[in-house]
Amino acid sequence: MIRRDSTGENASSLLIRGGHVIDPASDLDDLVDVLLREGKVAAINPDRKLQQSAVESFDARGLIVAPGFIDLHVHLRQPGQDYKETIATGSAAAAAGGFASICAMPNTIPVNDSPEITNWMQEPARGALVNVFPVAAATVESQGERLTNYAALRQAGAVAVTDDGRPVLADNIMEMALREARRVEFPVIQHAEDTRLTAGGTMNAGVVAFRLGLRGMSNRAEWSIVERDIELARQTDGHVHVAHLSTAEAMDAVRRGKRQGIHVTCEVTPHHFTLIDENVGDYDARYKMNPPLRSRADRDALIPGLRDGLIDAIATDHAPHATHEKEVEFERAAFGIIGLETALALAVSQLYVPGHVSLKRIVELLSTNPARILGFRDRGTLEPGAHADVTIFDPRRRWTFEAAHSRSKSRNTPFGGWKLTGRIVATIVGGKIVYQAES
Amino acid sequence: MRTAPPAAMRPSRKPLRSASHNASTKTAPRAHPHPGGLLGIEPLSLQEIMEILRQAARMQQSRPQQLLKDKRIALLFYEPSTRTRVSFEFAAKAMGAATTLVSAAASSIEKGESLIDTGYTLTALGADAIVMRHPSSGAPHLLARHVPIPVINAGDGMHEHPSQALLDAFTILQHKKKLDGLRIAMVGDIFHSRVVRSDVHLLTKAGAEVVLCGPQELVPELATSLAASVSITRELKHALEGADVIIALRIQKERLAGLQISLDEYIERYQIRPERLAWAKKGALLMHPGPIIRGLELTADVADAQQSVILDQVHNGVLVRMAILARALGAAKIAR
Repeated sequence: MIRRDSTGENASSLLIRGGHVIDPASDLDDLVDVLLREGKVAAINPDRKLQQSAVESFDARGLIVAPGFIDLHVHLRQPGQDYKETIATGSAAAAAGGFASICAMPNTIPVNDSPEITNWMQEPARGALVNVFPVAAATVESQGERLTNYAALRQAGAVAVTDDGRPVLADNIMEMALREARRVEFPVIQHAEDTRLTAGGTMNAGVVAFRLGLRGMSNRAEWSIVERDIELARQTDGHVHVAHLSTAEAMDAVRRGKRQGIHVTCEVTPHHFTLIDENVGDYDARYKMNPPLRSRADRDALIPGLRDGLIDAIATDHAPHATHEKEVEFERAAFGIIGLETALALAVSQLYVPGHVSLKRIVELLSTNPARILGFRDRGTLEPGAHADVTIFDPRRRWTFEAAHSRSKSRNTPFGGWKLTGRIVATIVGGKIVYQAES
Repeated sequence: MRTAPPAAMRPSRKPLRSASHNASTKTAPRAHPHPGGLLGIEPLSLQEIMEILRQAARMQQSRPQQLLKDKRIALLFYEPSTRTRVSFEFAAKAMGAATTLVSAAASSIEKGESLIDTGYTLTALGADAIVMRHPSSGAPHLLARHVPIPVINAGDGMHEHPSQALLDAFTILQHKKKLDGLRIAMVGDIFHSRVVRSDVHLLTKAGAEVVLCGPQELVPELATSLAASVSITRELKHALEGADVIIALRIQKERLAGLQISLDEYIERYQIRPERLAWAKKGALLMHPGPIIRGLELTADVADAQQSVILDQVHNGVLVRMAILARALGAAKIAR
């Protein structure tokens, strides 16, 4: 697969040959070679001379070669909760999932509401295997009362703001956040949940929750905030990005907003386009997350949105938790599941294989659009000059995901034992192979 | 020379899993719940339900047999209870079992011991079955996935209270010969009631129709999704007219206050009084899972009326729980 030079190290140039390159950003969907050099894409379909200049080559025949995937929504748990994940282990899971870049959410301990923490997260000592882009808190300690310093945070390397885990609830605060964020070209990533309506809720409101004797979290709690945010985005000309969208109504609100030219974007998690509230079954907390798994009708409604571009991105909301935090009474169990290593496979198995979306669309959802949402011009694309972040995958390869083999520190996933189609073969970050599947 | 410690003291081959072990290689509980357990009515077939009731009837007819001699039954009560707990305790002792009560306040649960660890500990102490009441829906299901012994649900959050439904059915059958075709009205706080959920599952499986009655906040439309032949009415008269059985449910004053429902208005619209009882069929049964609050959901004279079988319910509870425990520990068959 890889010829290394005599030093045994990954050399600074790599030729990816024979792969089916899908790069929607440069309108490329063809069998071409890709030459990477010194951390950048040097050429597409390089001539013979350039080809021979490459020290290493990667045989990508039969595989898809895409711009490196970007996960807009990852919880790395550092600082403060190393026991369930670190930047090192989370990024290793990301690499195994084909993600060359991940956005690290700020609901750490302490909350990342400062340039100091934002900087700390990016230090090489953290051992990140892939690009880690911090998303900083939108308000101080994510309490929803006072804005943080967006300019300083941008300076420190943050790429967006959010109070994820919580909504920015107050109208005036959200309006100010959108205005200030616009000044520094940040999206405001909103965890859309009206927490006044969901108190005590642990799963989707509805027939299943009633039968199980659990308090529910209604669709309204999501769409009412999404509608409010879209209106505020209209008034402020700001960019609101809806995190982990899960309801048909919220999706419809996004559609209406986009039609009016409002700058609203949204992401959906693989578990929301795969699972439904009935999967909670006998109180299995592997199916407990926020927003909760929704009704079959809501899950089904997301599919056309994923197909036709209404939904911009797939993001995992990778949320590691220790066993002792999940294997407790359902009401007390922590919300969330890991997801970096199953994202591509679920997209291929649930969306591509049944014929709902094309591979090109999958690349848009996982790479092209996340880059666009974050304003990255030199990522999410393989045009010459872009960062040499490349994801190589086999859309036909069948495999079984074993939770025990996850590179995350945590094991909280409902997908253990699932037979999936679509496997990451290699992940390249800045021209260096950071993950390669055993053949 | 040192001899080996007795088998009971040797460490078991399977180590107790530590709560802090967060890199477990398994993501999900392994074991299937012990088939002798009783987590709810919903998963039971009508046949299984009737078998438990038949067993309870046998308990009533014969002298108590030592079906559970030398068995140890742990009563794990995370919520206070008099009726249910004493009922299970008497039931176990009547069959020769030893019981012990583990209540949250007076145990290491106060020190933060997890439910699963408590279950492992009780198992290692030699419990043959665990009867549990817990404020969280699904707690028994979690426990049952981790312990190798039967788990009997004595009430989990708002979810189910299977032994209550079984004793309700037993009581009805003492007076009505069959459940199929009966019209049963349930009045009160449906939303929060585990008794309602269990009763609805059982009664509809047996072919009865159930009418739920109360204000919107306590009886959401969603409740009709529980089972077929469940309907809702906001008018007490509609619920009670033609009813064969009326089950009054406890109302919590604090809950009404929290939902901003006027207590006086509630009493005016939904309290069961003698003249309202008269709307029901002649010989209709008046039931209540207890504890009753005279003057709230029902008047004192309704509680004490000829039609009231509330105390029969309590009495029958011991028999039904004897049947449940015998079934759990495989002793049911011996009783034939």
